[in-house]
Amino acid sequence: MAYQTVIGLEVHVQLSTASKMFCGCQVVFGAPPNSLTCPVCLGLPGSLPVLNGRAVELGIRTALALGCRIHPESQFHRKNYYYPDLPKNFQISQYEYKDHPPLATGGALAVPSGDGPVRVGIRRVHLEEDTGKLVHAPGRSLVDYNRSGTPLMEVVTEPDFHSAEEARVFLIQLRAVLQYAEVSTGRLEEGTFRCDANLSLRPPGGPHGIRTEIKNMNSLRSVERALRFEEARQRQVLERGEPVVQETRHWDEDREITFTSREKEEAQDYRYFPEPDLVPIQVDPAWIERVRADLPELPEARRRRYVEVFGLPEHDAALVTASRAMAEFFERTVEQYPKPKIVSNWLTGDIAAYLNATGREVDEIPLRPAALAGLLGLVDAGRVSGRSAKEVVEEMLRTGRTADAIVEERGLVQISDQEMLSAIVRDVIAEHPGPVADVRAGKEKAVAFLVGQVMKRTQGRANPAMVNRLISEQLHAG
Amino acid sequence: MAALSDLPAWELRRLYRRGEVRPTEAVRAVFERIDAVEGVVHAFLSLDREGALKEAARWDPLAGREDAPPLAGIPVAVKDNICTRGWLTTCGSRMLEGYRPPYDATVVTRLREAGAIVVGKANCDEFAMGSSTENSAFGPTRNPWDPTRVPGGTSGGSAAAVAAGEVPLAFGSDTGGSIRQPAAFCGVVGLKPTYGRVSRFGLVAFASSLDQIGPLARSVRDAALLLQVVAGRDPADSTSADVAVPPYPDMLTGGLRGMRLGIVREFLGDGIDPGVASAVREAVGIYRDLGAVCEEVSLPSAPYALPAYYLIAPAEASSNLARYAGVHYGYRTPDAVDLYTMYARTRREGFGAEVKRRIMLGTYALSAGYYDAFYLRAQRVRTLIRRDFEAAFARFDALIGPVTPTPAFRLGEKIDDPLQMYLSDVYTVPVNLAGIPGVSIPCGFSGGLPVGLQIIGRPFDEGTVLNVAFAFEQATPFHSARPPLVPHAAAGSGGGPTR
Repeated sequence: MAYQTVIGLEVHVQLSTASKMFCGCQVVFGAPPNSLTCPVCLGLPGSLPVLNGRAVELGIRTALALGCRIHPESQFHRKNYYYPDLPKNFQISQYEYKDHPPLATGGALAVPSGDGPVRVGIRRVHLEEDTGKLVHAPGRSLVDYNRSGTPLMEVVTEPDFHSAEEARVFLIQLRAVLQYAEVSTGRLEEGTFRCDANLSLRPPGGPHGIRTEIKNMNSLRSVERALRFEEARQRQVLERGEPVVQETRHWDEDREITFTSREKEEAQDYRYFPEPDLVPIQVDPAWIERVRADLPELPEARRRRYVEVFGLPEHDAALVTASRAMAEFFERTVEQYPKPKIVSNWLTGDIAAYLNATGREVDEIPLRPAALAGLLGLVDAGRVSGRSAKEVVEEMLRTGRTADAIVEERGLVQISDQEMLSAIVRDVIAEHPGPVADVRAGKEKAVAFLVGQVMKRTQGRANPAMVNRLISEQLHAG
Repeated sequence: MAALSDLPAWELRRLYRRGEVRPTEAVRAVFERIDAVEGVVHAFLSLDREGALKEAARWDPLAGREDAPPLAGIPVAVKDNICTRGWLTTCGSRMLEGYRPPYDATVVTRLREAGAIVVGKANCDEFAMGSSTENSAFGPTRNPWDPTRVPGGTSGGSAAAVAAGEVPLAFGSDTGGSIRQPAAFCGVVGLKPTYGRVSRFGLVAFASSLDQIGPLARSVRDAALLLQVVAGRDPADSTSADVAVPPYPDMLTGGLRGMRLGIVREFLGDGIDPGVASAVREAVGIYRDLGAVCEEVSLPSAPYALPAYYLIAPAEASSNLARYAGVHYGYRTPDAVDLYTMYARTRREGFGAEVKRRIMLGTYALSAGYYDAFYLRAQRVRTLIRRDFEAAFARFDALIGPVTPTPAFRLGEKIDDPLQMYLSDVYTVPVNLAGIPGVSIPCGFSGGLPVGLQIIGRPFDEGTVLNVAFAFEQATPFHSARPPLVPHAAAGSGGGPTR
């Protein structure tokens, strides 16, 4: 039987604020354990939370970027459960109950697809605080509360995805929006962008099936693979005539399976109730307008601009704007080397391949736009061949050295000395009478062989245009 | 001249200004009095003699100056559920035995800025849950008027310390009557300010939407002085109100002519002790004599306040007290086998019976499927009670009635009957649910025990509440009656533990 897959996503985004959600402690990655704490984020007796206005502003930005309705008044709630990484044993979050709306609801994000943009519904955007981290050592467990109280935003989609691929494409798009809006760094690997999913299968047109929640997906790739696995697993369960069990399953990256969590699956009762230590969040229209006026250019606008202003093909524009860092890199390079299509080719080719292989963003590698522009200038000036340039950029990506220095050190400067190349061409023609005869007989392909021989003798440094011209001149002169 | 330890704060301040007394002498007198009576009263859980005398010496040359801060060199006691940096703050619980917070509550910071000297931490019911101070894990406080009776609770230590002449001023906290009820039982003045008037930052939470810190003193003027230095917006407490703080002591004119006072009908019904009822009726007569217009007023929803309170307060408490689980501070069971047993045994061993009872009640009230029927309905009752008061304040400037149905009861009398214990808060709880100010002042005796008169005001109208109280105090002798305890300045020893 054919089933339709139904997927909804819950994305947790760490907001790019200087301080925590409810206290003045700094938000910094990698500080010594428990060094970024105070009575509030340690949940000490008598401490009280004070809302970080910047976090609300970033929530409003997101809501605007996703076309959500921002509620003039929303409330925080307490989500009660016991765990050592949660110092108060309740998490301050926003729960949707009766007349208590979260910060924003009811938006959408257009996601590119083969059949044009698809609209994905955004159910809600709400704010909450992060937990600390447990560190397990032999025989004991330690808690680091540095992350406790870090501002988080949860974006919940409608169950609008019908494949793992769609979910992955959406996440890329959402991440780009959050990066452009300067709401979050959006890095899955560092945990500033985390995603849980709900997945169920149903007969076409039938009612929704039982869903499972999938957690612990740490990269875009693992999201796609985990959802594919879960989709197939549920299909098998259904085809065996068994029911799908509603449960939370964890993705095991190494074994490439989802498995049911060993924790007792009793229905958790979080006993939500309005947080009495905080007053409701009030967002007036003037605040919304100020945030709107301040909203940076979003990915869709930038993609259009790249097509219209830089003349990039749609496909290139989409790739270059997929991450804000990449788009910024593109523009900085084009400022110094004004041939957008060539820059785009490099970014979406060799450079993208390197980023994919290393799992990094373009602003995390040593290569800078000025250096890339420098290399492309050398190619244009005929000082480096296109082939050598690939070799040079490979080292630039790793070391950040300038093209000049690498070209110099490796002796990759292109030979454009006519006298020197003429002599080599003369020798090659003399040594390969067969191919020479072929060329003369009109087999133009044989020219490539002769050019290759010249390249071989110059370790690829000969200026290919000049070599072609010299071969042609000498053969037709002879 | 009366013993230094029996003088009100405003009188001490006058003596400092005139150079007749120095803070060191006052603080010494305070500790002499504490040594003389603590063996009976047990108002304190910890004392800081050395620190207090050091502070006093610092204020000796400054306290008499014109520009001295308002409470320069004045000794004050602080309830043990208010955080004092580096100083034991146990909340009367085994769970926080030995716990020293790394910070001062905002009220303590403001006290210190005003020059006050914190001499000790006052006993209280565990986590401010109870009505008799018998729920303290460190032994009960006794009523200075009759040591076989309770001082009330939960600020029983604060009220008893003030009544016994151990300190002129003390801070308590009031969630359902915990300042006013012990003030009534001990014959002192106790004010619960408007919710949001005084910062809760550093007050260990029982029920966040009801808790409020307030002063206890032997005179209305002293209560006004103490409120003055701590009232006002605190950025560290989001629920503290940005409402201007008037000069409370200057508002004590004693003039009541034309003032309209409502006598709450529901507070003088069944179950009230005849001595209490007659003291309150006599108080009404005094107010009439003072020129006030006194008429009966009804708060029809008031009878539902107690059940609503016993859903809302435990619900919030069940969440507020979840943090005491043995992870990174406070008591941890020595018998933890795994995470679950660490939580379960720590909480079983660390909390007393009343705290556990309320955590269970509150957990139940918030549970899925019961939330609407209990918590949400209780919140609706709360709205009705607030409206009752609003309607009453459309006609009256302040409301008056008893603080408690009975005077102080005997130790052990109600400890095994929670419902009877809860009923002693029946007239105070509505005021917390409405978030409005209320004061208890001495208004007579029943069977030799003090009776309290409750004066309730509009939100942020502590000025009127205090002035109505002040007028009564000026016209009556009750506030100057002293418990028949060890006479002042008598030699003795004893004293509580040190910090």
